[in-house]
Amino acid sequence: MPRSFPHNPQLNANGELQHLLSIEGLPREILAQILDTAEPFAGVTEREVKKVPLLRGKSVFNLFFEASTRTRTTFEIAAKRLSADVINLNVAASSQSKGESLLDTVANLSAMQADVFVVRHGSSGAPYLIARHVKPHEHVINAGDGRHAHPTQGLLDLYTIRHYKKDFTRLTVAIVGDVLHSRVARSLIHGLTTLGVPEVRVIGPQTLLPAGVESLGVRVFHDMRAGLKDCDVVVMLRLQNERMNGALLPSAQEFFKHYGLTADKLALARPDAIVMHPGPMNRGVEIDSSVADGPHSVILPQVTFGIAVRMAVMSIVAGN
Amino acid sequence: MTRLPDAETLLPKLAAELKAHVTPAAAMIGLHTGGAWLAERLHPLLGLKEPLGLMDIAFYRDDYAKEGLKHDPKRTRIPFEVEGREILLVDDVLYTGRTVRAAMNELFDYGRPKSIALVVLADRGGRQLPIAAQYCGAQVDVPAGMRLRLKRAEDGKLSLELERAA
Repeated sequence: MPRSFPHNPQLNANGELQHLLSIEGLPREILAQILDTAEPFAGVTEREVKKVPLLRGKSVFNLFFEASTRTRTTFEIAAKRLSADVINLNVAASSQSKGESLLDTVANLSAMQADVFVVRHGSSGAPYLIARHVKPHEHVINAGDGRHAHPTQGLLDLYTIRHYKKDFTRLTVAIVGDVLHSRVARSLIHGLTTLGVPEVRVIGPQTLLPAGVESLGVRVFHDMRAGLKDCDVVVMLRLQNERMNGALLPSAQEFFKHYGLTADKLALARPDAIVMHPGPMNRGVEIDSSVADGPHSVILPQVTFGIAVRMAVMSIVAGN
Repeated sequence: MTRLPDAETLLPKLAAELKAHVTPAAAMIGLHTGGAWLAERLHPLLGLKEPLGLMDIAFYRDDYAKEGLKHDPKRTRIPFEVEGREILLVDDVLYTGRTVRAAMNELFDYGRPKSIALVVLADRGGRQLPIAAQYCGAQVDVPAGMRLRLKRAEDGKLSLELERAA
């Protein structure tokens, strides 16, 4: 039976995290709770036995209506390290193509005793729809919906920034590239502003920045060199070829020339700046190999932290 | 009003008792938060070779399904090999025994210790599991509905205090 959500659909009556659908609208305390909880989980992932018994007996259903190897795999690893049973469903290839509705699919999985649904869907808002219809003991985690949000990626970016930079309130963070098609950028911007980062910049060509992006509290730069000046953190976004309809860009080479991160452009940022990328990278399109593999890059630690952050999110929601 | 023993008086006695039985090869682990404070005080008094380990059992609690995950769990840090070692597990107050069970479960994910001995500052009875302390500072009667906790003042002084159970 559908329940009504008087306030934030992600929070229960006690203000605790029931579902993770978007960073937008989450209070600072909950973001901090997730990051604080991920820290000891990062310790678990460094042990020889990389498993804790928290979600023993619980079932996590990975519902991927849109293909993604990396995100699905890291959720799967996170759930297994929490001792949950994990069921991976590549829904795009099964029931949906036979005409079953989204809610019927979920109702069927619910009848199989699901506890957590990890949902990726090409349509913005699909995880919200599911969250409105699941039973009270079931939890939904958004693993990326359309162009809207990718909260666990945003959270692992925040975790990575905090790991290297400690204090959010003194940072200048630049997000560079295809912001328009990026659900990662949107989630990250909300997280950064909520946690008190004083200056968030977006850098990209007019055609790849969403209209009115300034209203999210960011400074807009079209000149990458100007935008990178004195940054502590540089977040490169993937040029999403598969999402581009029509000619937003002259060519990948042209893009690289203006917005690709090279060592000489990076030299304009602070000497201890870190370079992040949500992956998968297009080397030579948005980032030069020498930077991706260079001393400022924390791209691979991001992946490792992503597992700890997803363990934190799953164990927080499943316990509420 | 229950009279509580003074933690700072119990501490040297507990240390002396441990010193009489424990070899320098043993290693110590304190349980967050009170047990870690106690262990930080006991450890330097015993001349143990290994640095102190600290453990937070948040990911091993048996009431997760009912209570959810506790806020702000700390990272467990065990800076020595657990396999084959005599372990001194330190907590502030022994009550139901559930924390100790969780700690033993976590410990075995680090290796198979040779032995585990439990060290507590106060035992308030009320066990729900077959667990006992090998080294105990004092037996304390605690009125129903109250919680016995170790507190640490700004100057580092430890004290036992009663508070209403949540």
